[in-house]
Amino acid sequence: MSVLGRTIGFSVLLTLVFTLVANLLPQVEGEAPEEKSIDLGSLTVDSFIALGESLFHGKGTCTLCHNDMGRAPDLLALDVVQVAGKHLVDERYQGKATDVVEYLHESMVEPGAYVVRGYGKKGSNDTESPMPAVDKPPIQLSAVEMDAIIAFLQAKDGHEVTVPLPAEVPVPAVQAGGDTATVPRSAATPEAAFAKFGCQACHTILGTESPVGPGLTDVGRRLTSEQIRESIVDPDAVVAEGFSAGVMPKDFSERMTVKELEMMVQFLSEQKG
Amino acid sequence: MNLTFHQQMRRLSVPMLALMLMMAAFAVWVDGAVAADVQSAPEATAEESELEPAPKLTRADYPDIGISSRSIVWVVAQMHLFFGALVLAVPLFVLVIELVGVKTGDPRYDSMGHEFMKISLTAYSVTALFGGTLALALFLLYPGFMAYLTRVFGAQLLVYALLFFLESLLLYIYYYGWHAMRYGNLKWVHMTLGLLLNGVGVTLMVMANSWATFMMAPSGVNEAGAVVGNIWEVMKGPLWNPINLHRFIANVAFGGAVVGAYAAYKFLAARTPEERAHYDWMGYTSNFIAILAFLPLPFAGYWLMAEVYAYSQQMGITAMGGILAWLFIVQAVLIGTILLAGNYYLWSGMSRTEGSRRYQWLIKYIAFVLVVCFLVWVTPHTLILSAGEIAILGGSHHHLLGPLGIMPAKNIAVNLMLVFTFLSFQLYRRSDKVATVPWAAAGNALLVAIYLVAVANIIFAGVYYGYFTNTVYKVGSSVIQVVSTLVVIVAGVVIDGLMFKNAKVLPSHWGRVSNRAQYALFALPVAFTWLMALMGYVRSSVRTHWHVYSVMKDNSPDNFIPTIGYAGNMVTLVTLMFLGFMLFIFWIANLSGVDQAVPERGEDR
Repeated sequence: MSVLGRTIGFSVLLTLVFTLVANLLPQVEGEAPEEKSIDLGSLTVDSFIALGESLFHGKGTCTLCHNDMGRAPDLLALDVVQVAGKHLVDERYQGKATDVVEYLHESMVEPGAYVVRGYGKKGSNDTESPMPAVDKPPIQLSAVEMDAIIAFLQAKDGHEVTVPLPAEVPVPAVQAGGDTATVPRSAATPEAAFAKFGCQACHTILGTESPVGPGLTDVGRRLTSEQIRESIVDPDAVVAEGFSAGVMPKDFSERMTVKELEMMVQFLSEQKG
Repeated sequence: MNLTFHQQMRRLSVPMLALMLMMAAFAVWVDGAVAADVQSAPEATAEESELEPAPKLTRADYPDIGISSRSIVWVVAQMHLFFGALVLAVPLFVLVIELVGVKTGDPRYDSMGHEFMKISLTAYSVTALFGGTLALALFLLYPGFMAYLTRVFGAQLLVYALLFFLESLLLYIYYYGWHAMRYGNLKWVHMTLGLLLNGVGVTLMVMANSWATFMMAPSGVNEAGAVVGNIWEVMKGPLWNPINLHRFIANVAFGGAVVGAYAAYKFLAARTPEERAHYDWMGYTSNFIAILAFLPLPFAGYWLMAEVYAYSQQMGITAMGGILAWLFIVQAVLIGTILLAGNYYLWSGMSRTEGSRRYQWLIKYIAFVLVVCFLVWVTPHTLILSAGEIAILGGSHHHLLGPLGIMPAKNIAVNLMLVFTFLSFQLYRRSDKVATVPWAAAGNALLVAIYLVAVANIIFAGVYYGYFTNTVYKVGSSVIQVVSTLVVIVAGVVIDGLMFKNAKVLPSHWGRVSNRAQYALFALPVAFTWLMALMGYVRSSVRTHWHVYSVMKDNSPDNFIPTIGYAGNMVTLVTLMFLGFMLFIFWIANLSGVDQAVPERGEDR
């Protein structure tokens, strides 16, 4: 073979090796956040919480830092309401909030009001927060979206949702508190159940796409009904190839009714791709 | 004749200092000129334009031509950047080579510098062609975005165009005047032209960098994107200087690698021992330039990422810990390839001199460390496993390999690879010399001690702070490791420079190197090219769905981060295109030196 042929052959082969490595890795696409319009008229506490959860993992990009990697307090592992109560009475607190909802709102728009020890900007001695104000670009959450996240943070640990729903929403569901606010009524259809628990924020199903979790359009071909049920109630028991453990909420078994769980398992078992 | 490392470094510092002074002078000039311009403009007009926010584009504002606009711009921009990097880098080290030639009186340096410039000259035309195509593509496919950028940068774009003409003028005089200004005072005039050429080239680079860094971390504009500062404030964003330094060093390494491939090709095709000797020496010099520039590159990259985190933690995590994190496994494969190829070439090159036998026993240990470190570097944190495998393993993190997947382990691996690559480099440099200074034994002992302490420090800092303290110290420990590596490099250069001054020089047999070693010289530019394009994908992707981060949203159909596989395919496409163009350039460079034989009687004239 001529020198030219060997040179080209070697170079192309090496290039293809690099290409192969790139194609062997998990393939994740970073979608631009979709601007969702909120139908205030049909908003319930549950869907408001689900919206908050979806924003927490999606547009809000909260989990980029608030995870178990130690870069910011792991809000999913902490009882945020309890912790916020402690921060409010801490002498280092410099904000104006008087209750937990105000504090959580303030922590999003003015993160420097209270910087948790060990999480401040480098060299600031924990007086400056590295967190961006989420109401400003690039995150740019609206007031309603921030409230939805607060609702999610309250509900995830079983606390009463005290953040006010947007004005048009029927008040009783919010104000009643206790069982009425925290115990959801069963969704009537699989579609409603997926919307209620925010599944589409992370999974590709029912015509929406998301790269965060495994796609579910062919889950019925990959998993048995028992495995699907286990994946919902104990998501870290077996983690799908290319995805990380600890991302999917573990409290669905507490938040779903039996009817909802079985309806979703049945529906997903039929998704053969 | 070989120069010592110390001599070359000392000679390198003169033009570098001059370049930096020119850049500073340009910065002052721009600042002053713009300030004067702003002051003299009618107030109402200035206020009107300054308060105009960035446009909010809708999907309809982007022309739909049936294929992805981003892919077109991606390919053209990357090709322009490859050639731009090459034509900016080559004159930089050619000037140094020319200076070395003058100082040593060795004519080989002069002819090698001229040969390198021949490649650069043809590449310059290709750069301009892709630059023009890029501008056209951007204005046609992203008119709203380009209108905004043109408004923000205004007259700076005209200055850029003028400097481009000046660059062309200087380049042609520098190349075509090479033989006309070869000796005496004219040689110094020629080198002054080279200095000016490099000054203009670097200025062009930093101006173009300011567009990219403005898109990543805008400055001189308010939250709505309205221009509130002068052009200097727009240019000097938080990421400007880190990118300037990173690209400057990377360009030199890239340029060295590409001309090394040229030398390797010519070596393999050589028909006489003289040609083999010449191109062996040229390949060695190119590799020297590429590896020398490559060694500090990770530190420049570290500074860049530190500034990215300081500007926006969110942006930093998107790059390093979010959706793009897997890409750093590919980066590890690429840099591992570069370091292994660079080391292999150095070890093979030791066969040129008898004196290298003293050090050859060390090669197997260096190779062992490099391979182990490379394997640690490519170990992912989360393993790609099937559901069944995860169930058997008890999770996606292997209990033994898992700890190797996190940054402290990788920092240890990278720093050790750099230290041991420098060791290969140092052994190679020493192999044709015998120190004659009386303190040689003590100097060697000191150097060994520095290596041992640095290696221990790198491992201790990584293990202790990385695994037994919290995140803040984990990040801080990498500074200790970087300093340890730098101490080895600086101490190695200084001690060897002093120890081998007036050393006994053993004969080197240029051309006595294996053909196999030449493939290492091909591996370097292939990996460098792929790496440059890959890191361009990261740098661009961290803006996510913003044209100008936090100021102007990208609402085009391509406003998502493509998968690593798609990016890999695009990178391969541009790499192969670049290799194809380079082969053409090498062919053209050769063609200019070919004389057709006079036809014999009876043949057509």
